[in-house]
Amino acid sequence: MLNLAKSQTSEPNFHDSPQPVIQIENLCHYYGTGSLRKQILFDINLTIQPGEIVLMTGPSGSGKTTLLTLMGCLRSVQEGSAKILGQEIHGASKSEMVKIRSYIGYIFQAHNLLGSLTALQNVQMSIDLHEHISNQEAIAKSSQMLAQVGLAERTDYFPATLSGGQKQRVAIARALVSHPKLVLADEPTAALDKKSGREVVEIMQRLAKEQGCTILIVTHDQRILDIADRIINMEDGYLSESV
Amino acid sequence: MKIPLAWRQLTHDKTRLLVALAGIAFADVLMFMQLGFRDALFESAVTFHKQLQGDVFLISTQSTALIAMRSFSSRRLYQTLSFDGVASAEPLFLDTALWKNPQTQATRGMMVIGFNPERSLMTSPGLEGGMEKTKIPDIVLFDAASRPEFGPVPDLFKQGETVETEVRSRRVRVGGLFTLGASFGADGNLITSDLNFLRIFPTRSKDLIDVGVVRLKPGVDPIATVAAMRQEFASDVKILTKEEFVEFERSYWEQGTSIGFIFTLGTAMGFIVGIVIVYQILYTDVSDHLPEYATLKAMGYSDWYLLGVVFQEAVILAFLGYIPGGLVTFFLYDLTRNATSLPLYMTLARAITVLVLTLIMCLVSGAISVRKLQAADPADIF
Repeated sequence: MLNLAKSQTSEPNFHDSPQPVIQIENLCHYYGTGSLRKQILFDINLTIQPGEIVLMTGPSGSGKTTLLTLMGCLRSVQEGSAKILGQEIHGASKSEMVKIRSYIGYIFQAHNLLGSLTALQNVQMSIDLHEHISNQEAIAKSSQMLAQVGLAERTDYFPATLSGGQKQRVAIARALVSHPKLVLADEPTAALDKKSGREVVEIMQRLAKEQGCTILIVTHDQRILDIADRIINMEDGYLSESV
Repeated sequence: MKIPLAWRQLTHDKTRLLVALAGIAFADVLMFMQLGFRDALFESAVTFHKQLQGDVFLISTQSTALIAMRSFSSRRLYQTLSFDGVASAEPLFLDTALWKNPQTQATRGMMVIGFNPERSLMTSPGLEGGMEKTKIPDIVLFDAASRPEFGPVPDLFKQGETVETEVRSRRVRVGGLFTLGASFGADGNLITSDLNFLRIFPTRSKDLIDVGVVRLKPGVDPIATVAAMRQEFASDVKILTKEEFVEFERSYWEQGTSIGFIFTLGTAMGFIVGIVIVYQILYTDVSDHLPEYATLKAMGYSDWYLLGVVFQEAVILAFLGYIPGGLVTFFLYDLTRNATSLPLYMTLARAITVLVLTLIMCLVSGAISVRKLQAADPADIF
């Protein structure tokens, strides 16, 4: 968090605790142009408070991933307002979006680790982006993070020699090592068996509580619904809250 | 310290790296050889000119190269003596004649050079003192670096045997050796006195010369002297400084023949082969790792960072490939030099030229392959 506080302008402010991490109002999104223009998201309103773990479910094609990429600044907002970490991203420039991305941890369905780097170095890639600390400190921090996801013995393994669950745990370590305030995960357990899937979400849950970060998980996986503080449901571009 | 991602990406797959380096080294060797041959051929064409001891040279305006010399009146040459600053003016005769191989009796054309033995007009290695012998009628000096088709004259001579043969049906004896080397125009060379030259070519007049060699007194500016002479003389002789004389011959071979074009084309081929190889490597790297690169973008790495990675890979490949390429070239230059007696040497200028070409080659490939990076859209990987 230090690193965030140090940076200059347009800095997200985390210190006003009541401020929501995500505040979306009247968000609409369209794909295509002209007569092929199709509305994907309809009048989305969503507020997520710091420290919440929110699960988003819904059938394929309902717009979950679109909403996730909008929140993750991977797509530009077309209509409505979206404040991520206190900053309005509707109309944000490309470089502002790249900057906001660096405060968000991403976990993908595929682990997307760099095959040429060891587990440790993959985690370190995230530190390199954020902090100007010495190589030794970065290594120490990365291996500590890997230990927290239960991979202390595997730091020098290349991804090709790790199992699916281990790779996903490296990806989690990579996403969380820089202490992001927001973690966005898309089907993190889809490619894993029941046991490793369970382990992975429990690690996410535990680390989120320790670091006080907010997690939004898009999932179909019924087995992990119990870790959520709140479950939201997306259907045909409309968002509804289930209690 | 940041993780050197470009280096890791390149060195992770050792086999692919080796193939890439072999490809770049091959392209480098190709460029080195083509440029080397070109320079060596041009160099061999002007070895004679460089060995001439003079400051100002007169040739007929109709002369185009050493193989196509037209004689002009020696009066023109002696007129130059009227200029202040001229120390001496000496005629030089050039012609080609058939030499009969003393062993096989086969004939072959070679260049015959004749000048006053009192004046050391040439500085060919081995020539010192040799000119003295050509004062005797029908004694010639033989170029030890001539092609072997003329017979094992240098060996026979060194063994102390008398080498006698016919040049243009005139019986001559080899009185010594010198080293000049074969060139485009002549496979071998003979030097003899002006009088012996006219004995071999009895139809030629001593008043019609091929090259006038003028020496200036110490401290006289040759460029100014040449300018003054050009003013004075009618346009029937060309007056050149030594540099211009060398350039005159070189530009004939460079521009008047297709040699320059052929070897430049060969160099370009090497360059293009290199671009294709490096492009293959970099493009495969980018497309194989598209999801990972998109993930880096999602994490907050900028497009510039990824562009940087690809270009770093390009530069690393350029340098790593250049090293084996250069080493192989040294070996091949040596091999070629021994086989062809062409003056083929590695020069600093050529080493730098090829290094720069290699860098450009790799950067061009990098520039083509980064277009693929734009396909790495982080929104697509969710």
